[in-house]
Amino acid sequence: MPRTLSNPFSSSGMPQSEKAGERRPSHSKGRIAGFFSKSKDQPPAHQAILMQSQQQTASTTQSPSPVSLPTISLSAAAPGEQNGDEQSTTLFEPPSAEEEQKLERTHAQFGPLIHPSHRYVSTHTGGTLEKPIEDEPPYYFVLTTYLSYLILIFCGHLRDFFGKRFGNKKHYATLKASNGYAPLNDDFDNFYVRRLKMRLDDCFARPTTGVPGRFITLMDRKSTDFNRSYQFTGTYTQTLNVSSYNYLGFAQSEGPCAEAVEECVRKYGLSTCSPRGDAGTTDLALEVEREIAQFVGKPAAMVFSMGFVTNAGSFPALVSKGCLILSDELNHASIRIGARMSGAVIRSFKHNDIEDLERMLREAISQGQPRTHRPWKKILVAVEGLYSMEGTMVDLPSIVALKKKYKFFLYVDEAHSVGALGRRGRGVCDYFNVDPAEVDILMGTLTKSFGANGGYVAAEKHIIDKLKSTNAATLLGESPAPSVLMQILASLRIITGELVPGQGEERLQRIAFNSRYLRLGLKRLGYIVYGHDDSPIIPIMLYHPAKIAAFSHEMLKRKISVVVVGYPATPLISSRARFCVSAAHNKEDMDRVLAACDVVGDILQLKYSTGVAGGADPLPAGVTPEMEPEWRRANGLEGVIKPPRWKLEDVIARGVDDAKVKLR
Amino acid sequence: MELQEVQTLVSEYLDKAATAFQQVPGSAVLIRYVRSSYQNDPVRSAIELVLVIFFIRYLLSPSYSTSKVNYVKLTDDEIDELVEEWQPEPLVPKQTALEEAEMDKLPVLVGPTGPKSKLANGKTVTNLASYNFYNLNANEQIKEKAIQTLRTYGVGPCGPPQFYGTQDVHMKAEADIATYLGTEKCIVYAQAFSAISSVIPAFCKRGDIIVADRAVNYSIRRGLEISRSNIKWYNHNDLEDLERVMRKVVQEQAKKKLTRRFIVTEALFETSGDMNDLPKLIELKEKYKFRIILDETWSFGVLGRTGRGLTEHQNVDPTQIDMIVGSLAGPLCAGGGFCAGSSDVVEHQRISAAAYTFSAALPAMLAMTASESLNVLQSNPEILVQCRENIRLARAQLDPRSDWVMCTSAPENPIMILVFKPEVVNARRLTIEDQERLMQECCDEALANGVLITRLKGSSISTHASLKDGNWTVQPALKVCITSGLSKKDMEKAATTIRHAITKVMTRKTNNKLNLPTA
Repeated sequence: MPRTLSNPFSSSGMPQSEKAGERRPSHSKGRIAGFFSKSKDQPPAHQAILMQSQQQTASTTQSPSPVSLPTISLSAAAPGEQNGDEQSTTLFEPPSAEEEQKLERTHAQFGPLIHPSHRYVSTHTGGTLEKPIEDEPPYYFVLTTYLSYLILIFCGHLRDFFGKRFGNKKHYATLKASNGYAPLNDDFDNFYVRRLKMRLDDCFARPTTGVPGRFITLMDRKSTDFNRSYQFTGTYTQTLNVSSYNYLGFAQSEGPCAEAVEECVRKYGLSTCSPRGDAGTTDLALEVEREIAQFVGKPAAMVFSMGFVTNAGSFPALVSKGCLILSDELNHASIRIGARMSGAVIRSFKHNDIEDLERMLREAISQGQPRTHRPWKKILVAVEGLYSMEGTMVDLPSIVALKKKYKFFLYVDEAHSVGALGRRGRGVCDYFNVDPAEVDILMGTLTKSFGANGGYVAAEKHIIDKLKSTNAATLLGESPAPSVLMQILASLRIITGELVPGQGEERLQRIAFNSRYLRLGLKRLGYIVYGHDDSPIIPIMLYHPAKIAAFSHEMLKRKISVVVVGYPATPLISSRARFCVSAAHNKEDMDRVLAACDVVGDILQLKYSTGVAGGADPLPAGVTPEMEPEWRRANGLEGVIKPPRWKLEDVIARGVDDAKVKLR
Repeated sequence: MELQEVQTLVSEYLDKAATAFQQVPGSAVLIRYVRSSYQNDPVRSAIELVLVIFFIRYLLSPSYSTSKVNYVKLTDDEIDELVEEWQPEPLVPKQTALEEAEMDKLPVLVGPTGPKSKLANGKTVTNLASYNFYNLNANEQIKEKAIQTLRTYGVGPCGPPQFYGTQDVHMKAEADIATYLGTEKCIVYAQAFSAISSVIPAFCKRGDIIVADRAVNYSIRRGLEISRSNIKWYNHNDLEDLERVMRKVVQEQAKKKLTRRFIVTEALFETSGDMNDLPKLIELKEKYKFRIILDETWSFGVLGRTGRGLTEHQNVDPTQIDMIVGSLAGPLCAGGGFCAGSSDVVEHQRISAAAYTFSAALPAMLAMTASESLNVLQSNPEILVQCRENIRLARAQLDPRSDWVMCTSAPENPIMILVFKPEVVNARRLTIEDQERLMQECCDEALANGVLITRLKGSSISTHASLKDGNWTVQPALKVCITSGLSKKDMEKAATTIRHAITKVMTRKTNNKLNLPTA
């Protein structure tokens, strides 16, 4: 374990590549043993990390100390040097306290890989994409969920009734006309926020500080007036971060990306102070566009300073009156706003339902525009690569097949899938082995996998050229800051392997493994998990509104920060918690989540699963998955589905191997 | 089966049904009701029966969609044929000649933005096209702060503000802006361009009334369009016309339910550079009970002694304006936008403003830069004075001394909007396209002489916005951005170069088919 210290790479939080591990198996075993023994010897390891970080945050707020800066530059991390190994073992020195502190800090942003086997390649196994089975809870839970909402609404109205008459006038000021002005907020529209969201408001917008990496530091706050206002207690809590969209773990304040960004700030300053259309186009921006185009496999690309506006601005530049947009019903708000701005007719098809899409296409083309029956000028189908609330992937091969027949244009929003999916991290096209040329517009954000900010649109050159001269966000909106552009460039080059070879691949394989491992584990524990197996977004169902807050609080008690969502972001009854897995996590972290979920699931009665969606008991020795139907028939187990309620030890013991085969 | 058996079976079932029915609570009441009504008035019972049958039929009938009224039923083969025949238009039309020329000539900067910028062709030019009014981009103190932030927070916050994307730096930036402006609270958006497009629909809903200046910029237009409110326009910067429109609204609405009413306008206008009269606006607002959404994108950090914007410049209490929207991306050299106002106004946006809720938070570095830039502005108000001195010098070279163009900007506005004088336009019968082309030629000519300027972009998209607002068209204009980063001599020289460039373009043989203006 200490050997990694003397490796220049330790700063970026990446231990040796798999290759090196294979070459000296004995050594890497020792390292693993070291990790395990460490975690056994010091059970409150997280506490230690926590205290550590608190000291750090205390010191960094006074002066973000240069002590913790690694002294490595990009050149030090150049390829070739990394495996100049053998001698490094002889240079063993016990780590000093300062070094140890530095390492702790690094590992808080990007966890070390515990075992080389904790990797998986994210790719589609061929055939059509099977729809994930959506398990349903017993009716008792559905009924009580509706009942909960009824009680909430009833109590809300009751409180409104008395509050408006006898309560604090200030709380209702925005709902009443005063001084001749109409109320600022609609009483009816505001009801949900006032009476339902307010009760769980402390689960949202928790202020954080520091890097949102493997761990995230929350600023503790308390409320004495039922979440109307918060006071900071002045303390910090370091929690495991399964909430940020930090898919590839590029949220780091050190390592090659940060080095590059620092250099860039010194050289370029902080802003271009001008829209792209005026004088905001720098050589850096053009380089980033070239690299992105190459990365996603399109001839040209353009970048924006905000992901939201990438969608909101692109639709009006692509379609207009007389055109039709067919949009998946679960598409993100930015797509819906962009579509609305365009003036085209919008129809939505059932989520990921190819038959419904085909039916609508046939109807649209045969019927033409409403009333006039004139043919549509063009039809644009807008889908997302990976849906952020469902964890489902688009069935790209089927849509591409439809596209050939129906000649529509295809817009794929890869906000969550770029970087997070595919053998080389290039999004859904890479995952399904679809030629990117089949998709007309590939849009994505740079906020998530790249640890930067903004979005891109990639397409044929003539399309991008036209978009550049007609897209409002390019002509009038601010251009991305040089620092952000550099972060994109550096992380992109790490993913492609141009910079620090091996690291990008490791990140991609780690997130793929973590995703499957956690998903399988949760299913085995008995949770209802939505989405496709390879998706790094893992939503688990909570149903009851009270459990939204309770789950978040229980997880926070166990120092894990999770995102919980309810109505209106989801359908009324399917409130959920969402885990976003990252390459910065390692198996230890996933086990921590599983352990917490095991306990919390029992406390809150969250283990609803009936077993139809996976999590089945292991097959007896000698029975392979191919033999399973036969074995079931022989033992009279056909159609028998047992609700999975595995013990945590079994989940962890079998997880690594089972995550790599077809999940069952 | 015997007939008798059938009869007994039927009566048995009927008996069973009757007993089952009697067991249903309330059935006795129903039977009693039917009996008595039948005795009194058999016709009524018949009508009731028909109604019940109709009701059941209505409940069971499939829901139908109104869009199918015009539906033509086709067979699968016919549909296949139609699908085969249908040819969509290309996804995007071809670039127009002007767009192509514009793209070819788009300046590409190599290295930092500054008063002197290096272009990709190797030339170093005077940069009067960036909103870098105080050259804060080169400020070492700000850069150092940003790097420290980078080393503590990384670059992206990797999440929307509602889900762990709110960092202490964002809260600090919000508090700093609110204190600086003198409002209760402030909310920071990740992009200035989408801030106001999101603020407007967060408050203005269907049925509300918005009175807007005809010349408002594209972001505002987007916001107005998304809001679906009832929009009335008033003539650009004509507050009498505004009063007329407001009075009319109040009269029309007198007997209806009280709806929210808003005035949406800019402090310094993006497309014409002139200034709003805030005291008068507030007087009107209070008289007719409208709320004001003021876009300070171009005046925040520019007007007033310490750059607090139009409120400071015209000595208006900022709390009298309901929503002040501004940018942190211009002269402050950071990124993002903000909306400042009362606590209720700000907190409402945190859940209902689309660009806040559905977008990732601003990178920590940029939030910190915004705080630090405000700090620099507050502690050295002399850089504002320096900038104004440069504006005065440049204006003296351009506005009164040019035969061709005039400056429509307010004297304090570092963005000088230069448009062709009406007599030039009339004498040469210049269409909007001609003017656009000539302006582009002026930019090219100035660049050839070492001064980078730009022109008002976006006329091509303003036609996209489907809002009907009378006959307002943006007059093509040159945009000259003054910076305090240039010495007085350099500033004057650059302005002179621009003037000469305009003259050269306008006196070119090819542009001079028509008679010269009588200057």
